[in-house]
Amino acid sequence: MPYKLTINGQHHTVDVPGDMPLLWVIRDVLNLHGTKFGCGIGQCGCCTVHLGDRAVRSCLTPVSAAHNQHITTIEGLSEDGSHPVQRAWVELDVPQCGYCQAGQMMSASALLKKNPHPTDADIDNAMDGNLCRCGCYHRIREAIHRAAGIEPGSEASSSTGL
Amino acid sequence: MPTLEKIQIDRRSFLKVTALASGGMLLALYASPLDEVFAQMGFPQAKLVPGSFIMIHPDNTFTIMAKNPETGNGVRTMLPMIIAEELDVDWKNVKVEQADVDMAKYGLQIEGGSTATPMNWMPMRQIGRAGRQMLVAAAAQTWNVPESECTTKAGTVLHEGSGKSATYGELASKAATMPVPDFRTLKFKDPKDYTIIGKPTKDVDDSNIATGKPIFSIDVKQPGMLGAVFVKCPVFGGKAVSANLDEIKKLPGVRHAFIVAGSGNISTLSSGVAIVADQWYQANHARQKLKVQWDEGPTASESSEGYLQQAQTLAPQKPEKILRQDGNVDSAFGGAAHVVEAFYAYPFIAHATMEPRNTTASYKDGKLEIWTNSQLPGIGVRPLAQILKMSPGDITVHMIRGGGGFGRGLVNDYFTEAAYIAKEVGGGVPVKLLWTREDDMHHDFYRPAGYHSLKAGLDSNGKIIGWKNHFITFGSNGRFASAADMQPDEFPARFIPNYELGTSMMPTGIPTGAMRAPGSNAIAFVINSFIDELAHAAGKDPMQFNLDLIAGEPLPAAAGGGMMRGAPYVASRMRACLERARDNSGWGKRSLPQGTAMGVGAHFCHLGYFVDVAEVTVTGNHVKVNKVWAVGDIGSQIINPGRAHNMVAGGVIDGMSQLMDYEINIDHGRAMENNFNNYEPVRVAQAPPEIYIDFVQSKYSPTGLGEPPLPPVLPAISNAIFAITGKRVRRLPLKRSDFSWA
Repeated sequence: MPYKLTINGQHHTVDVPGDMPLLWVIRDVLNLHGTKFGCGIGQCGCCTVHLGDRAVRSCLTPVSAAHNQHITTIEGLSEDGSHPVQRAWVELDVPQCGYCQAGQMMSASALLKKNPHPTDADIDNAMDGNLCRCGCYHRIREAIHRAAGIEPGSEASSSTGL
Repeated sequence: MPTLEKIQIDRRSFLKVTALASGGMLLALYASPLDEVFAQMGFPQAKLVPGSFIMIHPDNTFTIMAKNPETGNGVRTMLPMIIAEELDVDWKNVKVEQADVDMAKYGLQIEGGSTATPMNWMPMRQIGRAGRQMLVAAAAQTWNVPESECTTKAGTVLHEGSGKSATYGELASKAATMPVPDFRTLKFKDPKDYTIIGKPTKDVDDSNIATGKPIFSIDVKQPGMLGAVFVKCPVFGGKAVSANLDEIKKLPGVRHAFIVAGSGNISTLSSGVAIVADQWYQANHARQKLKVQWDEGPTASESSEGYLQQAQTLAPQKPEKILRQDGNVDSAFGGAAHVVEAFYAYPFIAHATMEPRNTTASYKDGKLEIWTNSQLPGIGVRPLAQILKMSPGDITVHMIRGGGGFGRGLVNDYFTEAAYIAKEVGGGVPVKLLWTREDDMHHDFYRPAGYHSLKAGLDSNGKIIGWKNHFITFGSNGRFASAADMQPDEFPARFIPNYELGTSMMPTGIPTGAMRAPGSNAIAFVINSFIDELAHAAGKDPMQFNLDLIAGEPLPAAAGGGMMRGAPYVASRMRACLERARDNSGWGKRSLPQGTAMGVGAHFCHLGYFVDVAEVTVTGNHVKVNKVWAVGDIGSQIINPGRAHNMVAGGVIDGMSQLMDYEINIDHGRAMENNFNNYEPVRVAQAPPEIYIDFVQSKYSPTGLGEPPLPPVLPAISNAIFAITGKRVRRLPLKRSDFSWA
């Protein structure tokens, strides 16, 4: 049956099976490729999008569960990279391979919407579902603080003797 | 044995210059091969003709080609930075463009072995500097002044005497007609004048990543593209005999379903069943209904437990082959005050790149076009051409950013599968093959498991006088399986007067391959753990014990000793790293709370020296890494410090995942782990709150950073665990000893 989705403010009607994961509707039907496939079982967080204000794993979200709902993907955070999370990610040169980062940014932006000034512990809790195989976790933490307009803790997370 | 320095100096190189219709200038470097070095580093002999391109546009902006594939180590940014520096242009006016695969033009195009820096440091500077010199020559000729009176700054040639100046863009057409300078006469910038090298420089793809642009291999989209899955036998090397293809073809969206016989070589094309549908999801959905009759083949009888039992049986026997022998170990043990023996074991592990393997391919009228995240696509073209009965010249390969590599992309099996399926589909219809995470874990080329039976003797002063290692690994007919080797000069060879390294090999059908810091990622754990055991047996401080071990000059390296670890080892470089790590961490000087201790690990590989000190707290069986101090020496210059720090932190965290969790168990010839639910990388809360990173600047030519930061963290942490708990972990991963992250 046709499903109505509002993705990044745009209305779409898709005629796909109801159990089709939202991830594949976003990627292969609507051709928004920023949301990534990593595991298919909700373990890695690469596919994180917002359903309303909630960060969800789109690989486990059947399209039927998103019917008539507002969905935000990385492309909808802002097209020009002006969202504070996107800006912080670039300013701190967070990525290595970059593959998980759309999911990281979607979890981070959902966190900041709920909790504009998260502590390290809040960050660890909220970001627990997002794996980074390259291990950019220190910069991810720092970037969330930066995006929140809070200076990170007194000690830098990765200092140099150069 | 040739050193990198020597080869760089001996190299005969020249620039080829072509004027472009746009008025820009194209520079291409041709130089003689570095294949000797590559053979030494364990890579196949490659016909190298290194090259690169600079394009100068009339508006004084520049396009610099990135010659190597990018999978996350930052070379797409770093190599063009080097060219831009010596060309003497402003980085903000540089646009980086990814080169296609063309080894004749660009030389070896590889992401692997931490080679991007040592391989390219000289030629990238030569390209930039030669380009600058031609621009200076063009200006001097135009103004009728001596070249020696001209200077450059940020893309402009200046002549102080006359006050004349011209931009590179204005000079480009004339510069393209200037003679190419002899590379041996080039004088490079003084590092104190660098404006790009040594400055933290953001990745050229950062903005694209932050806005979700489709820049990864998995994002490739071609008109009319179909999606494919390729289902292989769960037992490695097994063959598809028959399948319910007629039923599959009736399922929604499915266009093609067919059996692939395979090439007989698991590293190119395995046997399996291809399902091609309008959308990948449909192909993958149809897969749930697929029923295949497999011929599982001989590997079905193999298991991890079986290998361990074989290794334990082989351990007390005479090694099949002696790799290095100094003095007489048995008489050294006879005269030793203490003899320590231990058996270490580590498992197969999978690369688990965040982006599951994928490639897009399209075949039409005898031509094949491929978009891939391979780390070494150029090497895959020839075997692919043979399988498809094509000429390699009819295959075009585009290198697309990969979501992680870690060595997985050095094997081109998935790219061969995609190309084969696209050719079967034919008609110029592009096909994207995408593996599921389970495919990825079940069909990797794993870091091989390995077993070490160690024995060492200490004299009454606590000095190691004898060391014997019987290394039981995989291979057959005297040849190591891929990445399953040890080299004759493996540390601590050359530092112990009575030393024996012997090996015995077990045949296996399990595919093995290089994984970030191949060999080293496991060997460093074994060697450093055993050294720690000896330090404790000797009643010595482990840090000082490490320093004392390498206090003297080493014995000569064996002929053909290999470049990856033992042979090029310079003890003074490691001593400097150990001392810096000791001082940075306050080793032995800080009082630590109950249940907290520090451990040290040191390792040389891929021309880089790294020492990690880890401060760890153990509560019950819960391990918390409070802080890691990482110290590295990768030569005279850190090219992109921002990325370098990120890579070191990443190496530490990757090593922690290997230490605690990573294990692929083989049972009945198949991999038992499936996905990140039972193969768990470190998560954000488990990462140490702080990783303090420091580089020792030495006089040596800069080398790479992909591999060397990883290996020492495993023993640094496990040695700290021993200091706290008295539990010596001799088998990886830690979870086998009931440890978990706090």
